[in-house]
This record gives sequence, structure tokens and C-alpha cells, in this order.
Amino acid sequence: MKILILLVLTLAGSPPLFATEIREFADPEKAERYDRLIGELRCLVCQNQSLADSDADLARDLRNEVYEIIEAGQSEEEAIRFLTDRYGDFVLYRPPVKPMTFLLWGGPLLILLFAGVIGWRYAGQRKIQTIRAISEADRDKLERLKKQLDDGH
Amino acid sequence: MRFLIPLGVFLVMVIFLAIGLSLDPRNIPSPLIGKPTPTFHLPEVSDPSKTLTPESFRGRVVLLNVWASWCVSCRQEHPVLLDLAKRREVPILGLNYKDQLAAGRDWLSTFGNPYEASGFDQDGRVGIDLGVYGVPETFVIDKKGLIRMKHTGPVTPQALEKEILPLVLRLNQEP
Repeated sequence: MKILILLVLTLAGSPPLFATEIREFADPEKAERYDRLIGELRCLVCQNQSLADSDADLARDLRNEVYEIIEAGQSEEEAIRFLTDRYGDFVLYRPPVKPMTFLLWGGPLLILLFAGVIGWRYAGQRKIQTIRAISEADRDKLERLKKQLDDGH
Repeated sequence: MRFLIPLGVFLVMVIFLAIGLSLDPRNIPSPLIGKPTPTFHLPEVSDPSKTLTPESFRGRVVLLNVWASWCVSCRQEHPVLLDLAKRREVPILGLNYKDQLAAGRDWLSTFGNPYEASGFDQDGRVGIDLGVYGVPETFVIDKKGLIRMKHTGPVTPQALEKEILPLVLRLNQEP
């Protein structure tokens, strides 16, 4: 219980983890677009952080670029294209589906299918074994009963 | 027979993990390979009244090396570049990335200057256009101004002999 309370307090006490500077947007809709974008783009220096989370110098520069693109009224796609043209699909946490990434997107399904086939075959074998086991037990019983019958005579 | 499937799964996992371990997560393929060098107009570090543009080295196979005085691994790479400059096999151009002019000049006079010229990219905009994410980075640019290879991290003698110089040799034979 103590641990639970401690956990709740720790989680509740942590400040929002944003490395971002305060940005002024004339249009709240643009601010929303900006926030969404930098949360979805990967920082290339600290690869497990988004542009929004990273304190790296490059992340700040790239936030600047995204800010300028959005503030200029360009679309999210254009901001994403700006970054992928320079840094590749690596900046996207959600890479696009294309021949290069078919295995990435289809891989889990393939593994699921593979596991399904294995599971199916395993279950099938188990059933046969169980049947065989039962019939063997039955045979033993049969033998014993027969013996008893013979002894009775 | 019963152990064959788990053994197979285990082997496949070992293979994938081995591949994963041998890959360098910092080595991100550049989408700029085969594309023209992004255009830029930068003052030169040694003489800011001069301008460095991709036109300055059009028609020659060159290396474009991104460096900065604050970059620790650039210092490690520097002797390799100095050596290469002495051999005169390929001209080296510099991109002084997010630096101070005085600090950059100091660096070159202290450690030696392997560069034919260095462009001064103070705000790092040209770096972003080149997809720079970790200094030092080195680009091999062909005669038509197309980027043909990118090396991330310090250029090592091995990388130079095995990858960069053979490519330069090949590109020099292209029209």
C-alpha cells in the first residue's frame, strides 16, 4: 500500500516533460497542428525522443523550421515533406507503407500466421496423443477385468 | 523432431538479433544520395568577403566535410583529413557548422587546414538542407554536383581506403 501511494505521488508530481520553447501562434488551429507535428516527428540526435521532447540543439532548429512552415500557412504534409526530403523516413515514427517497409508493416501479421499454423498443428497432435493415451488406459482396464473374470472361475 | 521448431525459432531470433547488433543505429541512410547538392551561398571562413557555393566545385569530384570547432570527434578525424589533403587525390571542402567565425579560424590555424575552402554556416540552415544530424559528416559529390555518398561520423583511414577513395576514383572516370 505504501508503495502504491508513493507511486501515485511520484507520477502526480512529475512536471510535463516538454523541452519546447513557448511559441506564439496567431491562429490556435496552427498551434494545435504544430504541437501534433513535433510530437510525431523523431529527433535524429536522441533517437528515442520526439522533436517535442528532445533538448538537442538540432531538435530546436528543426522545431524552428516546423514552426516557420506552419506559421506560413503551409500544411502538415509540407512540413513532413521538408523533413523527409532531408532526413528520410527515419524522422517519422509512423513510416509510410511502401515496398521498403512492407516487411515492417506485414511482419507482425506473418508472424501471427506462422504462430497460428504451428499452434494448429500442435493442438492436432495433442488430441491424437490424448485419444491414444485413453485407449491405452482402457486396454489396461480391459486386461485387468478379463483377468479378474478368469480368476473368478 | 519435437525440438526442431523451437530450435528453428531460436536460430531465426539469433540471426535477427545478430544483424541488429551489428547495425549502427546512428547510421541513417540519407535520402539525398543521387540528388543534387542543395544550393547555398556561404561566406568563407578564411575570408568572409568570398562566397562558397556548389558552383565553386562543379565539374570536380570533391569531399564536403561538415565540421565545427566545438565538435570533439572532428578533432579525432582531423589528422586523417590533413593526411588526405597532402595526398592531393581529392579536394576537400568544409562546412563550418553552427560555429563562431573566430573559433573556427582558431581551430584551423591551431590544427591545420585541410580544406580548399570552408563555408561558414552559422545558423545551421545549410546543414539542415544537407540532412546533417551529427557532426562530423562527409559527403562525396560528383562532377555533376550530385551527392553520391554520405559518411556519418569521423572519417577513419579504413573508411577512406575501403569506401571513399575507391568511389572517388570511379567518379573521376565518369564524364
